[in-house]
Amino acid sequence: MDLLNDLLFDYTLRTVALGTALLGLASGALGAFAVLRRQSLLGDAVSHAALPGIVLAFMLTGSKELLVLVGGAFTAGWLGSVLVSQITARSRVPGDSALGIVLAVFFGVGLVFLTFVQGRPDAAQAGLDRFLFGQAATLVERDVVVIAALGGAALATLAAFWKEFKLLTFDPEFGASLGFPIHRLDLLLTSILVLAIVTGLQAVGVVLMAALVVAPAAAARQWTDSLGVMVFLSAGFGALAGVSGALASGGTEGLPTGPTIVLAATAIVMISLAFAPRRGLVWSAWRRRRQRGRIRLDTVLADLYALYGQHGSLQYGHPVPVLDAMSDGPGGAAEALEKLAEEGWARQLPDANWVITSEGLVRAEKVLARLGREQDE
Amino acid sequence: MIELEIQLLAVVVAVACALPGVFLVLRRTALLSDAISHTVLLGIVLVFFVVGDLSSPLLIFGAAAMGVLTVALVQAIEGTGLVREDAAIGLVFPALFSVAVILISLYAGDVHLDTDAVLLGELALAPFRRFVVAGRDLGPRGVWVMGGILLLNLLFLVAFYKELKLSTFDPGLAAALGLSPVLLHYAYMAVVSITAVGAFDSVGSILVVAFMIAPPAAAYLLSDRLPLVLLLSAVIGAHGAVAGYWLARWLDASIAGSMAAMVGMDFLLAFLFAPRRGLLAQARRRARQKTEFAVSMLAIHLLNHQGMPEEETECHVGHLPEHLLWSPERVEQIVREAEDEDVLVVAGNGTLQLTAEGRARAARAMAL
Repeated sequence: MDLLNDLLFDYTLRTVALGTALLGLASGALGAFAVLRRQSLLGDAVSHAALPGIVLAFMLTGSKELLVLVGGAFTAGWLGSVLVSQITARSRVPGDSALGIVLAVFFGVGLVFLTFVQGRPDAAQAGLDRFLFGQAATLVERDVVVIAALGGAALATLAAFWKEFKLLTFDPEFGASLGFPIHRLDLLLTSILVLAIVTGLQAVGVVLMAALVVAPAAAARQWTDSLGVMVFLSAGFGALAGVSGALASGGTEGLPTGPTIVLAATAIVMISLAFAPRRGLVWSAWRRRRQRGRIRLDTVLADLYALYGQHGSLQYGHPVPVLDAMSDGPGGAAEALEKLAEEGWARQLPDANWVITSEGLVRAEKVLARLGREQDE
Repeated sequence: MIELEIQLLAVVVAVACALPGVFLVLRRTALLSDAISHTVLLGIVLVFFVVGDLSSPLLIFGAAAMGVLTVALVQAIEGTGLVREDAAIGLVFPALFSVAVILISLYAGDVHLDTDAVLLGELALAPFRRFVVAGRDLGPRGVWVMGGILLLNLLFLVAFYKELKLSTFDPGLAAALGLSPVLLHYAYMAVVSITAVGAFDSVGSILVVAFMIAPPAAAYLLSDRLPLVLLLSAVIGAHGAVAGYWLARWLDASIAGSMAAMVGMDFLLAFLFAPRRGLLAQARRRARQKTEFAVSMLAIHLLNHQGMPEEETECHVGHLPEHLLWSPERVEQIVREAEDEDVLVVAGNGTLQLTAEGRARAARAMAL
């Protein structure tokens, strides 16, 4: 219970965990929309594009206050996202290329600003670590307040325009035909996503912010088909990843926070992809297996029925190799015959041969009728 | 001498990145370069843990293998049908990169393998790492490494040009002809990975993306012919490299950053001013189409009223603003344009008379 003890009584750790939890919450909730709208990598682009804004904000104000830097980051990130959509809409350059260009070129420009300000051309020395990887460990109470306020504003906007954003996500053409200002809504949704992303830079850094937008949402998508549930789950997963990453890195010497949070989020995704009911890989593998088993059973039963049709007797048995030869399938006919016997649709005669039962006849006719219907369709 | 060496390396890096980048842009897999340029770090770290030597050529193979693995993972996750491609990329590369960063900070703190050096690169230091064979200095090591990679890219391009072209523009036909688009795709991704790992020593893994995507995207706006696109993107990359170097010298700022800014600038120029596909050309084309349409409208109007009792008023310049709802200036402009195009002549009293050419044009426009 050491961790719990720390979380309750260690002030610094509590602050950090609260900060990362809030960040995870906001980016998780908004990330749900990004993933559904196929803008998963916008987070990656926006967080890189924020660099020149951060440096300019610092150059103009001389302040390293979180709110100031977030202001600069938001402006540059927003500009970057608008540029991506303009390039995509007005030229034949594909969307992913536009994202890549904005991401890397803005970052390069930021690097130029940064090295220019510091009057030293060697980028590696320029103290970019914090921006690149984040330093959740340095979050103080005031930062948490800023994070809470900005995240809260983004989430409040999300709640206020819930219906509109839902329409925008799933059927923008229909929305436009109803008279909703789809372009402006698009801009608004992108703006609050940008806000959530740039707020998170402090904790997880540029490189890994993409994960905090995508991972919770991709995980949440596996558990539900409802947008509302998905957004709540995604926010929860984001917060969970934030807290567990902060705690793990806080408790281990030299373990960087950002990457740890990302791995926590990745673990949540892997669990979701594997075990989510209905969509999960384990679930669908099991379902496929069961289906295959049922089809196999039906096939062997139909073969027995056909043999009965030729011989007209419920006493005339057929050896397993005959049934094996009639149809191919996993485990041979023997396995399926055992199961058919359990169901009471086939029985084994004393001479080890197999024959269909009268219940089996009823069942086989039903199966064949269904197959016939399906074929007609 | 050092200046020249840095510029030479910058150009080699830019061209080596731009060539494979063309197919990344055309195949809409641009962001795989972003993913790969990050995850190659894990390949390097893992191989480093095995061989314990940062200058081992094996590192490049580790990086290439990890790049291919990244692409395979993205495709495997996408293949489950549970997650779309963009999200799959966004899941895979941060995770692999995080593993690399954690491994470095936990176990390789005392080695010169700074993560920020990997992300940012440092071109200015390149000339100080020399390639010395048997006591003879053969120039900066980076130029040889990147030159080799550039050569590899060129060879790959020449050897598989036809296959790359076909599988890019018509993957179905490529498969039907017995080429293996999948195999080619992975071989190509290995080439991209090798290029990325070679380049990030100089420009860092984030800016590699700029050199791989921006010059080809700009070239793609300038030409429709693949060989020309390849050539143009190499030229644009080289231009960005040299211009970036001098920008950095002037500002005393990061060279790699300035190079990225310059290729970005080149792309922006192409986006705005490309003949035919630039924003300016698009705006002009729209304006010209509007004028053409107006001239045809005017011709139809005149044709309708010529020889009719109302001809006097309907076909008079002074009445057109009222009949066609155009401003007087617009009328003047369109009439002048129509006159230039021999669609009509203006009689002394201000009446407009269609020429034979004008009648034909009106008939054509109405037939549409």
